[in-house]
Amino acid sequence: MRGEPGRSSAGVTGRPPWVLVLPALVGIAFLTLPLAGLLVRAPWSSLPRRLAEPQVLEALRLSLVTATVATLVCLLLGVPLAWLLARVTFPGRRLVRALITVPLVLPPVVGGVALLLVLGRRGLAGRWLEETFGVTLPFTTAGVVVAEAFVAMPFLVISVEGALRAADPRFEEAAATLGASRWVVFRRVTLPLITPGVIAGAVLCWARALGEFGATITFAGNFPGRTQTMPLAVYLALETEPEAAIVLSLVLLAVSVIILAGLRDRWVGGP
Amino acid sequence: MGGRAVTLNAHLVVTRPGFGLDIELEVASGQVVALLGPNGAGKTTALRALAGLTGLSAGRIVLDGRELHTLPAERRPIGMVFQDYLLFPHLSALENVAFGPRCHGVPRAEARRTAAAWLERVGLAAYASARPRRLSGGQAQRVALARALAVGPRLLLMDEPLAALDAHTRLEVRSQLRRHLADFAGATVLVTHDPLDAMVLADRLVVVENGTVVQHGTPAEVARRPRTDYVARLVGLNLYRGTASGRRVTVGEVVLSVAEQQDGPVFVAFPPSAVALYRTRPDGSPRNLWQATIEGVERHGDNVRIHLEGPITASADVTPAAVADLDLTPGLSVWASVKATETHAYPS
Repeated sequence: MRGEPGRSSAGVTGRPPWVLVLPALVGIAFLTLPLAGLLVRAPWSSLPRRLAEPQVLEALRLSLVTATVATLVCLLLGVPLAWLLARVTFPGRRLVRALITVPLVLPPVVGGVALLLVLGRRGLAGRWLEETFGVTLPFTTAGVVVAEAFVAMPFLVISVEGALRAADPRFEEAAATLGASRWVVFRRVTLPLITPGVIAGAVLCWARALGEFGATITFAGNFPGRTQTMPLAVYLALETEPEAAIVLSLVLLAVSVIILAGLRDRWVGGP
Repeated sequence: MGGRAVTLNAHLVVTRPGFGLDIELEVASGQVVALLGPNGAGKTTALRALAGLTGLSAGRIVLDGRELHTLPAERRPIGMVFQDYLLFPHLSALENVAFGPRCHGVPRAEARRTAAAWLERVGLAAYASARPRRLSGGQAQRVALARALAVGPRLLLMDEPLAALDAHTRLEVRSQLRRHLADFAGATVLVTHDPLDAMVLADRLVVVENGTVVQHGTPAEVARRPRTDYVARLVGLNLYRGTASGRRVTVGEVVLSVAEQQDGPVFVAFPPSAVALYRTRPDGSPRNLWQATIEGVERHGDNVRIHLEGPITASADVTPAAVADLDLTPGLSVWASVKATETHAYPS
């Protein structure tokens, strides 16, 4: 508030009350202290050697690739889904909206079990997939993508649907009077107007996919090089070699912060 | 106007809870028809129905002999200018104008040439690459017009085309718009609540109140012979409904002498400037004299408008000097008169 004449709220509304400030400070400490703990306890001397270990690089590569592919899958399916929810009136729309947010509140492990039941080798759709196309998803890299997409897609859908509802539908009407079909309206008017919302949703979705643990380990297992993503590697290392777990955590933290901060400044929020 | 083929023939019926629209419209090629009416009268609904943005509950829209009401908005040969223009914020002025031709399958390069030519015509060639937020209100209005006309519509629809502009810009844009409308070969329907816009831009006025047409005609006809209080207020006339017998019209308890010979139910209209006010009953007893109470006094241009209550409600325009001389204040009882030659009586 200091150094912003005219925008300072102190003169008008008085000092921020301690009842609000104190819990806020505790909140800040609660969220940042664990991160500080990671930094303090990190084995800095052996860090370069540990980082160069092939298993770390392999897990990092796998995490980045699967999270990115999962985000692309979510974009491909989630943006049209959000459009359907925001722009088309159909019976059961409220039910559909409620259902697609279920993965948001479902414990990820339960999501993984559910995926196994449907897409597992003996699952409803899994058996058909294997018999028809010879494709098996569980315990493969593709399975990791499926698990991450399942957990992360609601973030994207909710974000994009919000952007669609906030966008002025009269621009779409103007486009229609100029002769644009609904597909052209979507591609040339709606999508450009909601781009910030789509990017924000994709970033959230990507971050959620990158940190995914429960559904992944349940549905895809924990095979180094194939399905062992960073969070899985951290968990495994914690049991055998705590220092390695810290190093892996640091890497995951650094990658998330760098990418999110970079995107945030350019696309998300901001005045 | 007369003798030209009717291009647009529409019967628009839109029924919604608490609101009904039922109007008929006929517009010839090259003709500009203004839908004039108070807020909430259904003008914009009528325009949206013509565009296909609001469905018809019943009725028809026939343009050049083709049924339009069965087509979705994007298949109708229309151009629409929205009240706040709705230029696409992510496209440049040129891309906005080229959008329509592109949607009609025109190749990109040709669409851009067409758009550039239209921007040139509305005098904005220098702003081709500007984003809409960089344009002033008047410029945005012209881009919106160019965008609507670039698809070569047969029917141009304009929703309050000048409402979003400040008074100065409005004057300028109004005269430009009039020129562009004169060049446009198709039919134009514009919606406005401003009588001046309607009078300047339109060949015919259709006055809409509560979802129905209450009066239509040329601007001169409508201005001279208002048929509702709303229209009378718009054109600044005192209006009464009465019964005529020869040159005498009975309006409530007052008998007015009028210039025209009429019989049966009539309207009588006269301008506020035709009303003279006296503190005491004038000598020589002019006809058309009644006693009234001053209800309100307000500034009106260079004059002062006095609102009178009494056997008939009327407005009178007097000079500020007269207000001072006669000490005209609210609550005062005065005598009012109007010359028969300044009244106008016509059948209702």
